[in-house]
Amino acid sequence: MATVAEIRVPTGRRAEIALLAIAVMIAVLARGLVDYHADFLELDTLGLYAAGAIVLAGVAHMVVRRYAPSADTVLLPAVFALNGIGLAMIRRIDFAYAERGRETSFGQIQLGWAVLGLAVMIVVLLVVRDHRVLRRYTYTAGVLGLIGLLLPLVPGLGTEINGARIWISLFGRSVQPGEFAKIALVIFFAGYLVTNRDTLALAGPKFLGMRFPRPRDMGPLVLVWLASMLVQIYERDLGTSLLFFGIFLSMLYVATERLSWVVVGLGMFVAGAAFAGTVFAHVHSRYEAWLHALDPAVYSSGTSEQLVRGLFGMASGGLLGTGLGEGRPDLVPYAESDFIVASLGEELGLTGLMAVLTLYVILVQRSMRTAIGVRDGFGKLLAAGLGFSLALQVFIVVGGVTRVIPLTGLTTPFLAYGGSSMLANWIIVGLILRVSDQARRPALEVV
Amino acid sequence: MNEPIRRLSVVVLVMFLVLMGAASYIQVINANELNADGRNVRTLYREYGTFRGPFVVDGDTIVASKSVDDSFNYQRTYTDGALYAAATGYYSIVFGRSGLEQSENSLLNGSDDALFWNRLGDLFAGREQEGASVEMTLDSTLQKVASEQLGDQRGAVVALDPTTGEILAMVTSPTYDPTLLAGHNSVEVNKKYQELLNDENRPLINRAIAGDTYPPGSVFKLVVAAAALESGYTPETSLYAPQELKLPGTSNTMSNYQNEKCDTTDTTTLKDALRVSCNTAFANLGMSLGWEVIERKAKEFGWTDQIDIPLSVAASRLPEDPDDAQTAMASIGQYDDRATPLQMAMVTAAIANHGQLMTPYLVKTVRAPDLRVVQQNEPTEYSQPMTAADAQSLTDMMVEVVDNGSGRAAAIDGVKVAGKTGTAETGDGSAPDNWFVGFAPADNPTIAVAVLVENGGAQGDAGKEATGGIVAAPIAKAVMEAALAKNGNS
Repeated sequence: MATVAEIRVPTGRRAEIALLAIAVMIAVLARGLVDYHADFLELDTLGLYAAGAIVLAGVAHMVVRRYAPSADTVLLPAVFALNGIGLAMIRRIDFAYAERGRETSFGQIQLGWAVLGLAVMIVVLLVVRDHRVLRRYTYTAGVLGLIGLLLPLVPGLGTEINGARIWISLFGRSVQPGEFAKIALVIFFAGYLVTNRDTLALAGPKFLGMRFPRPRDMGPLVLVWLASMLVQIYERDLGTSLLFFGIFLSMLYVATERLSWVVVGLGMFVAGAAFAGTVFAHVHSRYEAWLHALDPAVYSSGTSEQLVRGLFGMASGGLLGTGLGEGRPDLVPYAESDFIVASLGEELGLTGLMAVLTLYVILVQRSMRTAIGVRDGFGKLLAAGLGFSLALQVFIVVGGVTRVIPLTGLTTPFLAYGGSSMLANWIIVGLILRVSDQARRPALEVV
Repeated sequence: MNEPIRRLSVVVLVMFLVLMGAASYIQVINANELNADGRNVRTLYREYGTFRGPFVVDGDTIVASKSVDDSFNYQRTYTDGALYAAATGYYSIVFGRSGLEQSENSLLNGSDDALFWNRLGDLFAGREQEGASVEMTLDSTLQKVASEQLGDQRGAVVALDPTTGEILAMVTSPTYDPTLLAGHNSVEVNKKYQELLNDENRPLINRAIAGDTYPPGSVFKLVVAAAALESGYTPETSLYAPQELKLPGTSNTMSNYQNEKCDTTDTTTLKDALRVSCNTAFANLGMSLGWEVIERKAKEFGWTDQIDIPLSVAASRLPEDPDDAQTAMASIGQYDDRATPLQMAMVTAAIANHGQLMTPYLVKTVRAPDLRVVQQNEPTEYSQPMTAADAQSLTDMMVEVVDNGSGRAAAIDGVKVAGKTGTAETGDGSAPDNWFVGFAPADNPTIAVAVLVENGGAQGDAGKEATGGIVAAPIAKAVMEAALAKNGNS
């Protein structure tokens, strides 16, 4: 008589508690330092903050333990730590602005978004009990994603901020629909590619020692390329454009295992970007600001001023940083959002910035591990796509601030001020947790 | 699909390594260059955010940093700002620094190597970095007297202690109050600066040491006299002194003040030539000595040297290869001769100090915040342009100038005063520049002073008759009197 019994294997949930405790400690200590240096340290308030953080971490842990018991144990603590560091830095920038007579409460608002983000993640875990359900909504997600991506182009709805038209105005608030479109499109790509991967992997003509796809299968690639070019030229944002195209290309590669797709795709993107750079003045000026940022003529024209001020800030931080509350991050425009990385570099130094980047590496590598571990193709593509989207977004933002690539208007996940980004990235965490629960769930054995 | 996912995670890793490399380049490798960039206001803010040391004159703090509640943390405040502006300069968030605020900057802001141990102490004690205090050689009484005497005339006064080289007074007129430029409202500061910049009397230049150099006129005869004494002349040596001297190789002639004869005959003595400031006698003397002799002597007194006191002093100039006619003109301090008031004070001080010229300096002591002496400036010899005997002869001749010559207005009851007047043509048709240099008491000098009043001073262009003896000598007298009163000699 055969019975099916579940074997209890250690899931590492206790380790998660320990890691969460460290993350909460980082968040509370960072905020304490910020308050101390601003002569604003009230132990009651800090205690309340600490208690709140402990409760939130506890709730998150309990929900995961109950609804995704085998899920990855490192993801949540890493995200908590990033959130804690971001909140402390934004609060610190509030103090810096206040000192110059500009009253802001970015820190308070961001705290609200972080709590809401955590709640949304819990909802995702509760609603999506199995990630494979999402495959049913492949084309719905595709349509939603495309609409979200192109929504800012709708006259009267889209708003332009800092030259990039990637916002829409909704109930008097600015929303970045691209952040949500990103998730929808990853779901769409995963569903579409897992179905069509065999066709797309078919061998075409051989050229330069590499087997290329058949021209008739190039349709989807061309379509996504056109959409991303549209975004670059009309939404004036290389970042969003690069992000979507990069996500698609990486998932296409994972699905087909054909490097030739990447070669063709990258070639198309570079050609398109170079074309846009020569034809459209606004795209051209972005490239100029990147390549000749310190050139006095470019600097005084104002196009590279923000970038260069960010560089000055990071340089003044040096290896160890000025210390939280000791630098002048407020000298860089948008220190709390687009340039939060420069703010962190200034006050926490290269050391602190490396630590933050390492947290992202951990986050992404755990997603990739999830993708390898999960058994269904859709899950693999979903986890790899979401993980890579995080990695690419960080690369585009931090790369822009550190002059690796031209500066763009994307947000740094979990760190930068902004509600859309916060909610969207917490949804991503929820989805990766969900897939990782499947990936790590012990196989049912027949006894 | 696992293999491409593995490769993708390697790509991710490389992407982050690139970011880390870029951050390392900015924050470590390229950091110094970025921090030194002139467009980097952070460096400025950091400096303005530290406690800057005070300036001290006669034991009183005249410039201080006060804690204020704005983004700069400290406000520089100047007491009697206009009185000391020539020395202190300004400290502005918009226009940077000038004067001692500039030259002593690293000591004032505490970043100087000499303050390393203090910085280390501050670091360990968790204190903010503090700058050192700078004590000046200036004498507040002399400074005030000189400033009041000049009034709103354009000119300068420099007084030296001839035995040490300490600068006891350095006044330029008109001047400005550095308080105007020390504000933290950049629009306001900019407006004030433009006003000062557009003022036709140019209050921002320091006439005592920089900006313009002036034709020294007859005070340069002291240098020619020193060269003559060295060449074997005595105060009694006869000199050819016609009423009008034809300048060789030209159709021009040179005359004396108000076209007078220097003596009853066409000859006079070196002593009398100096006493009445006889142009034709000195022009002849210069031509017989030869320009090289005068040039060498002038250089020993400091001409053509660029010196720092530690403020940068404009080099006084001499003509290059003058012909006979030009030598004649240059021997009475005209043609291409140029001097700063400080240079003339140095000549006077060297004669007063038995022929030994002491290096002039403005900073006496620099003290760390804990009052430890970081820098103590001791008197040093600059040069020995004259022998003690020649210096004594020239002193006696200069006493005659004040007692019975062109410098009577500088005479002080009961004290022997040595001096020399100068009235220099500026060559542009305006009233001459008026000089007086002198020292007292003549047999044991405690002060040497040089006074310059531009273009006839208060009398302006109407005062074509203005001379150093009328316009400048009384100012020098007042400064010397004040110094003697202080030393109990009068």
